[in-house]
Amino acid sequence: MTFKTVLLGATAAAAFATGAMAQDDKTKVGFIYVGPVGDLGWSYQHDQGRQAIEAEYGDQVETVFVESVPEGPDAERVLTQMALQGAELIFATSFGFMESVMNTAQKFPEVKFEHATGYQRADNVSTYSARFYEGRAVQGLIAGEMTESNVIGYIGSYPIPEVIRGINAAYIQAKKVNPEVEFRVVWAYTWFDPAKEAEAAKALIDAGADVILQHTDSTAPQAAAQEAGDVITFGQASDMLDYAPKPRVSSIIDNWNQYYVDRVGAVIDGSWQSEDTWDGIDSGMVEIGEITDAVPEDVKQAALELKDKISAGEVHPFTGPINKQDGSAWLAEGETADDGTLLGMNFYVEGIKGDIPQ
Amino acid sequence: MIRLERRPEPSRAWTLATPFVAVALTMVAGGLMFAMLGKDPVEAIRTIFWDPLFGDFASYSRPQLLVKAGPLILIAIGLSLGFRAGIWNIGAEGQYILGAIFAAATGLAIYPAESWIVFPAMIVAGALGGILWAMIPALLKVRFGTNEVLVSLMLVYVAEALLASMSLGLLRNPEGMGFPGSRNLAQYPSAANLDLIPGTGMHWGVALALIAVIVGQVVMTRHQLGFRVRLAGQSPRAAVFGGVNPGWLIVVCMGISGGLAGLAGMFEVAGPAGRLSIDFNVGYGFTAIIVAFLGRLNPIGILLAGLLMALTYIGGELAQLQMNLPLAAIQMFQGMLLFFLLAIDLMTNFSFRFGRRATA
Repeated sequence: MTFKTVLLGATAAAAFATGAMAQDDKTKVGFIYVGPVGDLGWSYQHDQGRQAIEAEYGDQVETVFVESVPEGPDAERVLTQMALQGAELIFATSFGFMESVMNTAQKFPEVKFEHATGYQRADNVSTYSARFYEGRAVQGLIAGEMTESNVIGYIGSYPIPEVIRGINAAYIQAKKVNPEVEFRVVWAYTWFDPAKEAEAAKALIDAGADVILQHTDSTAPQAAAQEAGDVITFGQASDMLDYAPKPRVSSIIDNWNQYYVDRVGAVIDGSWQSEDTWDGIDSGMVEIGEITDAVPEDVKQAALELKDKISAGEVHPFTGPINKQDGSAWLAEGETADDGTLLGMNFYVEGIKGDIPQ
Repeated sequence: MIRLERRPEPSRAWTLATPFVAVALTMVAGGLMFAMLGKDPVEAIRTIFWDPLFGDFASYSRPQLLVKAGPLILIAIGLSLGFRAGIWNIGAEGQYILGAIFAAATGLAIYPAESWIVFPAMIVAGALGGILWAMIPALLKVRFGTNEVLVSLMLVYVAEALLASMSLGLLRNPEGMGFPGSRNLAQYPSAANLDLIPGTGMHWGVALALIAVIVGQVVMTRHQLGFRVRLAGQSPRAAVFGGVNPGWLIVVCMGISGGLAGLAGMFEVAGPAGRLSIDFNVGYGFTAIIVAFLGRLNPIGILLAGLLMALTYIGGELAQLQMNLPLAAIQMFQGMLLFFLLAIDLMTNFSFRFGRRATA
């Protein structure tokens, strides 16, 4: 079907690019979210960032958003509609939007795109993410100290490097403070699905876990832990303070506010450039939510100390000696992991049982 | 006192009027809801129903309507055949997934060789995948009398697990940096399902959906299969006496609906979606059930219902974008449409009588 080759080129060159841009003095900023803004997790935090932009720039900006956009052709349509309606900067806040972002960015070279957690960039596409694994290390320390059954449950979303990195970081610290500790990972294949997340949490609790870590965005695992009684959890992406002081004993908070404010500022003053940002605890992009009184004082102090050391750059959560799951050497004594390996991480470290689905 | 009286036969006028009355009532009730949310109801309804068709950027959204409606119509046509015969295939979503898996696997097996045979081979594989998945509930029903509603629905979840496994394992893109998902078939010229005329949204799947509407109409009104389907739906016993083999009818209806759902999956994976991923399915198979009923199980009605459904999706996005309406309000609005349709549908078979029953 060679005529299709011709069409491929013709479609790419389609007339969208010439679409008239609505011009007024306000800078229009668009957001597309993978979940509902009310998920109280991932998308909620991005929406907090959107509100921070409005608070900072007031009448200078106009923000728009579309929530619960499925990854795939629907995302591309929403991105295109945003660009057509004159958005100058668009934040696409899920990994799965990557191809849609790249395709749309090609059609609208004058619109700037910011893609969260992706790895493909272009002149008008930046990527940004946070070093969540730094927070995971702190969580792992608390989890390892707090568990009495020595079984820690972990609700994984998708087996992608970001999630695997979090599991490894938490496990390494937990193991350091408690050599008996064992991780059970359940893959939910969703970012946000309260029913599935609750089911996963219940299955892990039934399997003896008394600590649940989650890489999914709803508070359903917190509710399941509360119902079960003596189980502790950690807020994910957002503080989830409604479940404090127990089951939620601490949290990892994604704080995008400063980054979003800076990037919008760069568009307004014309200094925006395609960049790759990966910030952690030190910049404030990753925050550790308040550690509640359900955690003994000495554990709390140890956790805060680890957090401070990571922030100061004295401790790297991935410091050797660390072997891979199959026993082969990964990091030598004192060696720290390079960003490239971390970004493509597709293996468990030694001691974690089970396989990464593939 | 108001009471309902069954009409001697369904009212033709109401059959035709129902969808329009339902849409009108949805606009009124939805407008009230939008007003309660503090938004201009007229502007909201104009944004949902008018802007995608005639708004500033309609040249982009009109083709998108076809892209969104195509799979809905294709699946709904297949489902309506079974529904009219009283055969309830609820698992089109699973058949859609299997069609996509079979088609993508076929394309990827040949990749990167270019040949005209790739696309037709994928079409055959897609249909086959859907048919095979539909045959499980069909044959179980014929042989063991199992309930096809349950079996076909449960198989959706099996299909989703299979899809995740394929995206992570066998069909994963070896150049995808370890991330789940297959290669992009839309970038593989022999396999790509692109617009037949660029910028129109008219890809092979949309074309086939339109053909399916025509064929569906002919089958239902002119063909013996349509007669048997209608007979079985109206009176199963009469159908048996009339020489209709119920087992045969189940296999045929499930096969056709599964095959069309599989084809929809094939055209989606080779075109708009481009690749197989864990989240490949976005609910077309379930929404198509609504479309089938919204369209009165009639092919022309399904065509219009599919387009209307697509309109509410795309218009709903615009309403979120332009008016900051929450998604939940849009979904309520879509729900109202179905609610009013089913409620007004009562008028087809019943009429209101005021005052006391004369013979009481």
